Amino acid sequence: MLDIRGRWKGVLLPLAAILALSACGSKTGENESTGGAVADTSGDTVKVGLLNSLSGTMAISEVTVRDSIRLAVEEINAAGGVLGKKIEPISEDGASDWPTFAEKAEKLIREDKVAAVFGCWTSASRKAVKPVFEENKALLFYPVQYEGLEQSPYIFYTGATTNQQIVPGLDYLKSQGKTSVYLVGSDYVFPRTANKIIKAYAAANGMTVLGEDYAPLGSTEFGTIVNKVKASKASAVFNTLNGDSNVAFFKEYKSAGLTAATMPVVSVSIAEEEVKSIGTQYLDGQLTAWNYYQTTPGAANDKFVKAYKAKYGQDKPTSDPMEAAYVSVYLWKAMVEKAGKFDVAAVKSASDGVTFEAPEGLVTIDGATQHIYKTARIGKVGPDGLITEVWNSGQPVKPDPYLKGYPWATGLS
Amino acid sequence: MRSLSWRAGAGFAVGAVLLFGVAPFALSDFRLSLLAKYLCLAMVAVGIGLAWGRGGLLTLGQGVFFGLGGYAMAMHMKLADAGPGEMPDFMQLYGQLDALPWWWRPFANPAFALPATVLLPMLVAFLLGSLVFRRRVRGAYFAILSQALAAAMAILLIGQQGTTGGTNGLTDFQGFFGYDLDDPVNQRMVYFIVAGVLLLLLAIARQLMRSRYGELLVAVRDSEERVRFLGYNPANVKLVAYVTAAGMAGLAGALFVPAVGIINPALIGIVPSIEFVIGVAVGGRASLLGPVLGAVAVAWAKTTLSEEFPAAWTYLQGLLFVLVVAFLPGGLASVVRLLRRRRRPPPDPAPVSPAPVVAQEVTA
Repeated sequence: MLDIRGRWKGVLLPLAAILALSACGSKTGENESTGGAVADTSGDTVKVGLLNSLSGTMAISEVTVRDSIRLAVEEINAAGGVLGKKIEPISEDGASDWPTFAEKAEKLIREDKVAAVFGCWTSASRKAVKPVFEENKALLFYPVQYEGLEQSPYIFYTGATTNQQIVPGLDYLKSQGKTSVYLVGSDYVFPRTANKIIKAYAAANGMTVLGEDYAPLGSTEFGTIVNKVKASKASAVFNTLNGDSNVAFFKEYKSAGLTAATMPVVSVSIAEEEVKSIGTQYLDGQLTAWNYYQTTPGAANDKFVKAYKAKYGQDKPTSDPMEAAYVSVYLWKAMVEKAGKFDVAAVKSASDGVTFEAPEGLVTIDGATQHIYKTARIGKVGPDGLITEVWNSGQPVKPDPYLKGYPWATGLS
Repeated sequence: MRSLSWRAGAGFAVGAVLLFGVAPFALSDFRLSLLAKYLCLAMVAVGIGLAWGRGGLLTLGQGVFFGLGGYAMAMHMKLADAGPGEMPDFMQLYGQLDALPWWWRPFANPAFALPATVLLPMLVAFLLGSLVFRRRVRGAYFAILSQALAAAMAILLIGQQGTTGGTNGLTDFQGFFGYDLDDPVNQRMVYFIVAGVLLLLLAIARQLMRSRYGELLVAVRDSEERVRFLGYNPANVKLVAYVTAAGMAGLAGALFVPAVGIINPALIGIVPSIEFVIGVAVGGRASLLGPVLGAVAVAWAKTTLSEEFPAAWTYLQGLLFVLVVAFLPGGLASVVRLLRRRRRPPPDPAPVSPAPVVAQEVTA
């Protein structure tokens, strides 16, 4: 009835071809140096990749990061470019979807042959692109505070690691005489890892953790959690919620009669942009832990804020991740100029000690960890929606992604 | 009948030449790896074409089976990377576990993991299907149920960060059965496996569609009660299509992992499950090749549009769907039929035949 030969030939021949081909590939661990992609810097411009979510849930945050990278690129081009070449930014949409991030990273590296990529926000997107950058021996500049415990040779981390944000936040609470905390976070990698660190810190510093609750990303149901927080009578709350959940949480918090005076909340994911969307009335007096605020004093910041507002609108605030993204472009420029070429290996080995007078103050690259020295700053949300500093670490803190310098943190990584 | 099977043989031969002879030379390594990804999505589409197009089962939860297959393969690859007796890297970071969880252990053995990528989804589909079809749950209720399953599975995976990687999923694979995945030659090998498996699945789907069972499936879709009165049990007929589709989705997930290098809950939940169905609808759900072409075309359009218009591509993609649904309700496959009808006034009585002409346009 059916012509079996004709049909199966199409299937069997290719299968035979596969078997023949499979003999050619290299086994794992056989060859250490497969060339990697080579950036094309032959023209009079140099391409860089901008990898941010321009659609999906993360777009609201990541578009601001893309905008500040663009600002830095324009400023550098206006001042003559890098090694005499103008920067040509190529923007790709990660679409708030981690496999898409990996696909676009590969496209930027292999097809566009960019010299470096700037972007990513969530840890999940960073984890998804990490193997792509390592496999192709290409550079990623990651501008967002994160949970630490990572050190890829092909990623430069210009946001804070835990000892530049969470640990100073805890130190501040301790110095204010807070002896117990309640942990509230979104259910994903950053809050879970951050809370692991907080619990280790608390155990070693005489603080008690009275409870730990996670809400699914995007959850807006906080009645139960806030009741538990209230019943615990903790002296402070450490908040690692992300995105929309913060709106629901703080509304519920206020209606339960809890205030910044009775039970302050320290948040690590609420910056100027988020304050606006949550509503200042719910956040008045609450604390945040970052390395930069729009109000941070200094000529470099005045220039950054002014340039950003001039380009994107007077009502647009600047925030920590935006600043870290802006800084990352300038740091890459400084590294390339020190190396004298765009070659990734040369740029990496030139990185140690490269400095930049950033809006947040002087930052320096630590070549060993590929993180940067940053000043930790605790801020208080004011009635105008801006965050003002109430404490800072005095000097830039050396990055320690694995918390090796903290005896209480042994066994965490 | 004879001329038809000759055409099918020729169709497969053309498909094989395009996939194995043309694509590897015409495309760069990067584009070829993207094609491998599209072809994995096309495998899911073949199954949906069978279950939905032929059987009328609107499965909005194929992500579950895709994910089961993908995670089974990813768990094996993670364990193989870690080496015997070791734990995968992410577990040491987030899990705070002393030992590998018991349900991870069997996946270290490829003799278990490989069949599991297909059999596990089929088992889940069998259990769910036996319950649901026997109780005569159908139409929108079945669709909602399958979708709820997808949502539940994604939430479950996100919650178990220590043992499943949470939102991160499983990523950063070094090798595929001992072959270094960094090596472009091996990436090519993965592509060839994917292409070969897709052709195999198409052959299976074609065989099923043309068999007596295929006729029965269409009969159940069009009038379930009448089939029941003829003495058949429609529940079993539907179950076979559903389980087969689940197995195909599982295999697709398993090959997606080495081809793309990541599996995570975002590939399993409601949105990707609906995207699978959209691809099938765009291609033409009732034909053999329609779902494949639709899945590849939608995925390709997504890549191309988002590269050309990173800020506005979602609107363009939406517009494309609206246009196809409004003007081509039968999907891309109906274009071929329209053209054929115009060329040859007496319409071809054969239900649907593979259309190598379109295959050329899309995959080349």
